Amino acid sequence: MNLLRAENISLSFGGLTAVNDFNFYINEGQVVSIIGPNGAGKTTLFNILTGIYKVNQGKIYMNEEPIDGLHARKIVSKGIARTFQNIRLFSDMRVIENVLVGAHINTDYSFFDGLFRTKRFYEVENKKKQEGAKLLESLGLEGRLSDYADNLSYGEQRKLEIARAMATGAKLLLLDEPAAGMNHQESEDLRVFISNLKNLGYTILLIEHDMRVVMNVSDYIYVMDYGKKIAEGRPHEIQSNEAVAMAYLGDSEVHL
Amino acid sequence: MSEKFTVDKIVIASIILLLLGLPLLGFSQYVMRIVILMGIYTILALGLNILVGYTGLVSLGHAGFFAIGAYGTAYFMIQHSVGFIVALTIGTLLSGFMGFVLGLPTIRLSGTYLSIVTLGFAMIVQVVIMNWDSVTNGTLGMSQIPKPNILGYDLNLANHGIYYLMLFLLGLVTLGCYTIIHSKIGRTLRAIKSDELATTMMGIHIDRYKILAFVLSASITGLAGGFYATLSSYIDHNSFGFDLSILILCMVILGGMGTIRGMYLGAALLIIFPEIARPLMSWRFVVYGFVLIIMMHFRPQGVLGWRSRRKYPIPGEVKKSYRMVEVEE
Ligand SMILES: Nc1ncnc2c1ncn2[C@@H]1O[C@H](COP(=O)(O)OP(=O)(O)OP(=O)(O)O)[C@@H](O)[C@H]1O
Ligand SMILES: [Mg+2]
Repeated sequence: MNLLRAENISLSFGGLTAVNDFNFYINEGQVVSIIGPNGAGKTTLFNILTGIYKVNQGKIYMNEEPIDGLHARKIVSKGIARTFQNIRLFSDMRVIENVLVGAHINTDYSFFDGLFRTKRFYEVENKKKQEGAKLLESLGLEGRLSDYADNLSYGEQRKLEIARAMATGAKLLLLDEPAAGMNHQESEDLRVFISNLKNLGYTILLIEHDMRVVMNVSDYIYVMDYGKKIAEGRPHEIQSNEAVAMAYLGDSEVHL
Repeated sequence: MSEKFTVDKIVIASIILLLLGLPLLGFSQYVMRIVILMGIYTILALGLNILVGYTGLVSLGHAGFFAIGAYGTAYFMIQHSVGFIVALTIGTLLSGFMGFVLGLPTIRLSGTYLSIVTLGFAMIVQVVIMNWDSVTNGTLGMSQIPKPNILGYDLNLANHGIYYLMLFLLGLVTLGCYTIIHSKIGRTLRAIKSDELATTMMGIHIDRYKILAFVLSASITGLAGGFYATLSSYIDHNSFGFDLSILILCMVILGGMGTIRGMYLGAALLIIFPEIARPLMSWRFVVYGFVLIIMMHFRPQGVLGWRSRRKYPIPGEVKKSYRMVEVEE
């Protein structure tokens, strides 16, 4: 049984077919990467999977349950959360507050609990704050907890987006270029972090241009170009694939 | 940081003491009336702030909700001889319900479109007031609205009862705003203001929260309206024009959108201003406009619109053993 599976999905913007008859699947506990040149349709694929766009054709299954056509909000409750290529934090809120908004759907008290400050309010809020703080600590952001999100460095903001996605309770994380803008040390940390996520029972679908990260963490790789799948396989298979090198870098001499 | 914390507490405690003891200072009824008006406008600003300051939805029609609260309360007090508390509750609920009715179809509209619809709403309310004679007494307005009577006591300016009633309502609304904003509800509203798509991607039903913001905002505004009706004992359609909606918006922006303290300052400044600058009265909107332009340029967050630099309180100790990544710096 696949955790997530897309069957023959297509999406066009006017005349441009951004995703063209694409198939892929990911099993629980795997790290699967999607790579490809700029404009290949990777982010569009994420937007489809998370319900921002509706497919023209094809089906998507999460735990064998069809999720294409579901509202983006509902997809989160099916256990899929994501980060954005162009960071979309709640920039005017604190780091911990960003995580707490992420935890909203499992922050279980009512409007009136909040208004009248019931015992339940304090119990749930305190628990969520502690969990949020631990989550941030696991990403090395504990010193930044009280800061406002837009005061973080680029790399820290990317980490915060991951923390916020994890706070939703989703076990399948879609990470769109998490290493972009990170320095060498940060992307190395990220690599370790993603491996650890796997050990914690998370499943990761990763879009990434940083090949050090991709080749090191991926169990399986799909290569996309012009919306189509041009190759798939294990990292060493992709590394030695001429077509991939051609499409990806326009030069078969370059080694991935 | 803890120093700042105690400074805050001292400032707040002093203000509360001052407000409680104000009648002892022997001000004239004229001055006390202005102070009560400040209180009403602070409530109005707090109400609009929920929409504009926290959720990022700009309403230009809050005079409409103010009117519904005022007319609703006055109508039930005069025509049905209902007691003040019940009438005020009805006025508040009525206004909140209109907030729901207006919010439901308009919630998908963004920015300018929403503002224009709310503007139209307030105009419609005014037209209805002028024409629905049997309820609103048409253009003649409603007069002899009774002063509040609570448990057999008449509350008026002379015995300061109406002042303390204002303080009570202001305190209630302030506390309510505080608890709502400092809960998952307020966090969600602020998240919506910051990024609607990202908020949706947290699994949050943002339309629901926008409507909730509308209802809360309209209810608070209606409450202020009901109280205003009994304070002034006469209301007509002229009291609820476009300039009122703009005035409230100016208070919110001047004081500091998305803060509670700012609403107090914004209302105080813009109510005092015409009193001390009578000759400028006819120019006041020019002055307000000018103030807003200056503010937008030099201090867009408003006079008191700073970010808290206090540490965010996390209950209990966070253990150090949860780190998965060691970060060297
Ligand atoms: N909303 C949209 N409307 C029209 N065209 C779009 C839209 N979103 C994406 N596209 C187009 O679809 C194609 C795929 O874009 P996409 O962002 O998915 O690429 P990508 O693989 O993520 O690229 P990159 O590596 O640069 O992030 C591009 O040609 C892009 O211009
Ligand atoms: Mg992309």
